Amino acid sequence: MDFRLTDEQAALRESVRDFAREVVAPVIAEHYEQHTFPYEVIRQMGKMGLFGLPFGEEHGGMGGDYFALCLALEELARVDSSVAITLEAAVSLGAMPIYRFGTDEQRATWLPKLLSGEALAGFGLTEPGTGSDAAGTQTRAVLDGDHWVINGSKAFITNSGTDITALVTVTAVTGTNPDGSKELSTIIVPTGTPGFTVAPGYSKVGWTASDTHELTFDDCRVPVANLLGERGRGFAQFLQILDEGRIAIAALAVGLAQGCVDESIRYAKERHAFGRPIGANQAIQFKIADMELKAHTARLAYYDAAARMLAGEPFKRQAAIAKLHASTIAVDNAREATQIHGGYGFMNEYPVARFWRDSKILEIGEGTSEVQRMIIARDLGL
Amino acid sequence: MNIVVLVKQVPDSGADRNLRNDDNTVDRGSANNVINEMDEYAIEEALKIKEAHGGEVTILTMGPDRATESIRKALSMGPDKAVHVVDDALHGSCAVATSKVLAAALGQLNADLVICGAESTDGRVQVMPHMIAERLGVAALTGARKLTVDGGTLTVERQTEEGYEVITAATPAVVSVWDTINEPRYPSFKGIMAAKKKPVQTLSLADLGVAPTEVGFDGATSAVVEHSKRPPRSGGAKITDEGEGGVKLVEFLATEKFV
Ligand SMILES: Cc1cc2nc3c(=O)[nH]c(=O)nc-3n(C[C@H](O)[C@H](O)[C@H](O)COP(=O)(O)OP(=O)(O)OC[C@H]3O[C@@H](n4cnc5c(N)ncnc54)[C@H](O)[C@@H]3O)c2cc1C
Ligand SMILES: Cc1cc2nc3c(=O)[nH]c(=O)nc-3n(C[C@H](O)[C@H](O)[C@H](O)COP(=O)(O)OP(=O)(O)OC[C@H]3O[C@@H](n4cnc5c(N)ncnc54)[C@H](O)[C@@H]3O)c2cc1C
Repeated sequence: MDFRLTDEQAALRESVRDFAREVVAPVIAEHYEQHTFPYEVIRQMGKMGLFGLPFGEEHGGMGGDYFALCLALEELARVDSSVAITLEAAVSLGAMPIYRFGTDEQRATWLPKLLSGEALAGFGLTEPGTGSDAAGTQTRAVLDGDHWVINGSKAFITNSGTDITALVTVTAVTGTNPDGSKELSTIIVPTGTPGFTVAPGYSKVGWTASDTHELTFDDCRVPVANLLGERGRGFAQFLQILDEGRIAIAALAVGLAQGCVDESIRYAKERHAFGRPIGANQAIQFKIADMELKAHTARLAYYDAAARMLAGEPFKRQAAIAKLHASTIAVDNAREATQIHGGYGFMNEYPVARFWRDSKILEIGEGTSEVQRMIIARDLGL
Repeated sequence: MNIVVLVKQVPDSGADRNLRNDDNTVDRGSANNVINEMDEYAIEEALKIKEAHGGEVTILTMGPDRATESIRKALSMGPDKAVHVVDDALHGSCAVATSKVLAAALGQLNADLVICGAESTDGRVQVMPHMIAERLGVAALTGARKLTVDGGTLTVERQTEEGYEVITAATPAVVSVWDTINEPRYPSFKGIMAAKKKPVQTLSLADLGVAPTEVGFDGATSAVVEHSKRPPRSGGAKITDEGEGGVKLVEFLATEKFV
């Protein structure tokens, strides 16, 4: 029973922490304000191997594991969530399905550039008309000779429209199961395939330096060889991917929650009111103590889920708990950190304002808080 | 090319640093110890040369046991191996003695090129590269902002206050670098894992054939007799502009001898 990090895990965390402070922090506010994608930061994240963290060296990965990825996400999100979500989506939604379910040829084609961060991949599940309820998927793929012909649209797809996006993996209805339900499969659609259109970016409340688009597929033809995994197994496959992804989102949320603590401590010592630092007031001290408590317990929750997953044990419930708890306390901490910063907390140039704007999506993306509760309740036999 | 990079562990310059009250040496026990910043640039430069021309990169450190942390971190950036000179008798060594020990270790390593930082953030004497080159009888190319290797010829752009000088020398040589020379890489996870398995050889003074009396307090050519904390910053002068703010500013600068 020990949640202390190994020397190597601690060294990785330190390396990413230094990177986040020295490379991300100085430039991110400008990208956030301008809604621009931080290509140079992403390039450097690629150079230090972050996109290859949980993958084997035979595909150009770093030979680490999913927990290593989580540590990196936490340290990045402690400074900025846009770059963290770019990494999270690229790895756990973009590259992981290909690594896990791809053919040798698909892996050889895509993994080297995805794992080095030279290219990004998106995963398109959500549609304008359906998110939580994947069975509501409307996008269809029909076999025509040796091609799939895809029609439909996807909403809110991360990393789908950058200059370095190589592909989007989409879920589509490919038929009907014997029980009458929809047969869902996943298909790789390379960027630039005729009939695949990427709409201009959304105007988002937060994560403004990350890349999110609506996608449309209009008689979009891709070779049959682009089917990812087994036909009809698309649903089961993405559920597995989403379970893991929840641990990663929990780590990202813990990072944001810890960043709120960092900034609040600094500000509470520096800002004076009534002739003394605001941090001299117990009301402020207790706020920060509670924020630290929340970040710490949420961290333990994701460490536990990751430990179970890496041990090959069931981890669905723990991953849902970690995601639900971490996203809830991230919103709490962002609200309190903003409060501690007073009027400055409402100014975009302060990191806590970014944290505040970035926190809400954590309760929505990769399974809403309601969906997490449904998963936990179902796992409890309800 | 066989490259040796000199790496010193120093107290983090971003945090509170102190000298010990008992013997006036740097308090390394209580501080958060890190790789001397400039040495990370030296490591990066060595790795770039290795990537372009092949060869081997060795880290050389003189320092107490706990310097192993910094050696591992240095290795996680990519060098092949390390040599750690550690000996209780070294405590209190002066710059002259340090250069003697490092030169003795370099004598065993057969380096074509020695790269080090232009200065450390604790000692800041900026003499190590010169002293070591002198002891080894090789050229010292100091304060480099650019280094090019062409076979056995080194060309350095040496940063000066006015601009830069171009200097060339044949290997073997010692080059010291400033932080303008490159952007050091961040250790990757693969690098961190690999560092665990890289050989670190420890050498004592006896291994180097240096007598304990030549180093430490015994061998010091100079001694720190006394030290005191820098006085806390005073409040400063506030000039309110009532039409002659500019004049007052200039007067202030003149009396403080800033201009
Ligand atoms: C910035 C951003 C990036 C995103 N990136 C991606 C991506 O890369 N790939 C991707 O596929 N998707 C992505 N999404 C989509 C995201 O995953 C969905 O928005 C999310 O899953 C919710 O789906 P929805 O928006 O359709 O909401 P809905 O499913 O319509 O839900 C609306 C509300 O109803 C609640 N609700 C629904 N069903 C129930 C129920 N049975 N019981 C109780 N409450 C219920 C939900 O919890 C929610 O509060 C992204 C979204 C955003 C904003
Ligand atoms: C409190 C204090 C007391 C001191 N007392 C004395 C004294 O009494 N007499 C005296 O002569 N000197 C004294 N010194 C200087 C001290 O001996 C030097 O700091 C030390 O010898 C190394 O020099 P430097 O770090 O200043 O080297 P610099 O020349 O500034 O460093 C340049 C580069 O040399 C390399 N390097 C330096 N040291 C090492 C090392 N140990 N291992 C590997 N590489 C290294 C690094 O690459 C570094 O970037 C004192 C220093 C302090 C802080």
